[in-house]
Amino acid sequence: MSIAAKANALWEYANPRKFLATSERVLPFFWITSGACLVVGLVWGFFFTPDDYKQGSTVKIIYLHVPAALMAINCWLMMLATSLVWLVRRHHVSALAARAAAPIGIVMTLIALATGAIWGQPMWGTWWAWDPRLTSFLILFLFYLGYVALWEAIEDSDTAADLTSVLCLVGSVFAILSRYAVNFWNQGLHQGASVMRAGAITGTDTEEKVSNIYFYPLLLCIVGFVLLFIALVLYRTGTEIRARRIKALLTRERVNG
Amino acid sequence: MIALLLRDLKLAFRAGGGFGLGLAFFLIVTVLVPFSVGPQSSLLSTIAPGVLWLGALLACLLSLDRLLALDWEDGSLDLLATAPLPLEAVVTIKALAHWLTTGLPLVLAAPFLGVLLNLPAPGFAWLVISLLIGTPAMSVIGTFGAALTVGLKRGGLLLSLLVLPLYVPTLIFGAEVARRGATGMETQTPLLMLAGITAATVALLPFASAAVLRINLR
Amino acid sequence: MTLTVTDLAITRGGIPVLEGLSFTLPPGKALILRGPNGIGKTTLLRTLAGLQPPLTGRIDGAEDQIAYASHSDGLKPTLTVTENLSFWAAVFGTKDIQPALDAFALNELSDRHAGNLSAGQKRRLGLARMLVTGRPIWMLDEPTVSLDKNAVQMFADAVRAHLGQGGSALIATHIDLGLDGEVLDVGPNKAKPKPIDDFDGGFL
Repeated sequence: MSIAAKANALWEYANPRKFLATSERVLPFFWITSGACLVVGLVWGFFFTPDDYKQGSTVKIIYLHVPAALMAINCWLMMLATSLVWLVRRHHVSALAARAAAPIGIVMTLIALATGAIWGQPMWGTWWAWDPRLTSFLILFLFYLGYVALWEAIEDSDTAADLTSVLCLVGSVFAILSRYAVNFWNQGLHQGASVMRAGAITGTDTEEKVSNIYFYPLLLCIVGFVLLFIALVLYRTGTEIRARRIKALLTRERVNG
Repeated sequence: MIALLLRDLKLAFRAGGGFGLGLAFFLIVTVLVPFSVGPQSSLLSTIAPGVLWLGALLACLLSLDRLLALDWEDGSLDLLATAPLPLEAVVTIKALAHWLTTGLPLVLAAPFLGVLLNLPAPGFAWLVISLLIGTPAMSVIGTFGAALTVGLKRGGLLLSLLVLPLYVPTLIFGAEVARRGATGMETQTPLLMLAGITAATVALLPFASAAVLRINLR
Repeated sequence: MTLTVTDLAITRGGIPVLEGLSFTLPPGKALILRGPNGIGKTTLLRTLAGLQPPLTGRIDGAEDQIAYASHSDGLKPTLTVTENLSFWAAVFGTKDIQPALDAFALNELSDRHAGNLSAGQKRRLGLARMLVTGRPIWMLDEPTVSLDKNAVQMFADAVRAHLGQGGSALIATHIDLGLDGEVLDVGPNKAKPKPIDDFDGGFL
């Protein structure tokens, strides 16, 4: 299949019926694999890895903290992508997917913030510090809140989709600006993003590495969170589509009656 | 375009136009700060730049929900949208009028309020400079928020929720300039960042504001 | 400037209200829009004025030619009559507001604040705004609301003068203005209820 044909095939899922049928078919796969990954990853991580020589068993909260933090950011990126698709191609499923993803992003951000606080208490001796990373997540949380509030405030669904899409675009730019501003404002306690660096994985990096004993279960947890996120977005998008369908049917009733 | 600016200025200065409300709010917030944190002058002079920046930001926010809503209610916005003026120009002029009637007075009042909070002597010039550069961005970003919420009943609270996160970069760099200036530190980097953000928002955000306004007028 | 509308369909709140609407409005003519409440006359005028996109169909000759008057007059209560009119004149790039004041007998009120005017006087001021736009195609949405008999006559005269100068007018109204023009009853163009796009159509 040529690239163009593949691209065309992708747009077929913009048809709500096709989307619902396909998502119902693939959802069990995502639920099961994400559940399996999370159970194996968490059990492996919690019970079959040694305690850290410095941090003790507290280090194990990493299996929730890092995947949740990754998904909190990636969820916003997904909303940005689907918002752009809505603005350019006007596929309703895309707009509804963005709407469906936002609350998941909020929960992921909250998990990242909460686990971070629980981890930070024994390590840094404080629940909260105005560290750039923590602060950035708090700001991201505020952006999510505004985005969801705007969706909820507007009655007409196409208008709401348009406005939230523009807000998502503008918000993304300001979120990046805020990230730089916050970095400038306070250098912070939090270690750098160490999971994905090659040196960290092979164990040749600095002291702040995540050594490979912890890495594989962590990878499994990340995969589990990604699959869980996809499953939740598909499921919630399906719900949004059905809600929209009810609205369309009610409108038809009203117009006919 | 000048006619629109003059009309908005005239409306702001006439009875019920709300000119001076933001200024009075700024004054009251500043007066309340020592009541809440205590009168020690060393503490006040430490927090003065940040408090004044935050006060100015909140005072700016106060008048945003009237920025477009009044023109929406009386139908002027529909008529302006069918006038030869592009909506991008309309929102830019509206932001400019907001800055002239709200932002600029705050800039001019800030040094006097700085005296109340024991702002260190070197900080005065930097406070004024940082506010002068930062407040236009706040007006432009606020206009975007006002355009997003223009058709909504009880849009005021939502407007704050949408606009305040967008104010974060401006606040951080602006207050940083004032803070560094007050303690005699180098201010060039945050000042340049602040100016960059203001320049970029003033140049680009009116397009987004006009786009959402068009959607809301539909 | 002739306004030509071809096979237009319009929506309100996501529901099609009118479809298959075609008409032309040549210079010097008026077209009176009739139809029951809720049929979509206001939506039609807003669509023609470019405030909302049509669902399907073409609108030719409208761009930058239309002066639109909605239900609300766009007046600022704290500005005087003269200031209100001068503002709109400046926005539309015309200078002289005296003919507009004369046509709607606003000279005596010219220094009063718009907020102190009666409803009918406000309406007259709102209609006087049409004269200072300098645009050839007038679109008026229920212009005679709250006008007395005298003022209605003033308005009809103003429209007649406008038509005489080669302008045209599309007026949604239910009273007889005695104008030279056809009546367009939009009732027969009422749209059948149906989804407005493929998305909703995907379910129904």
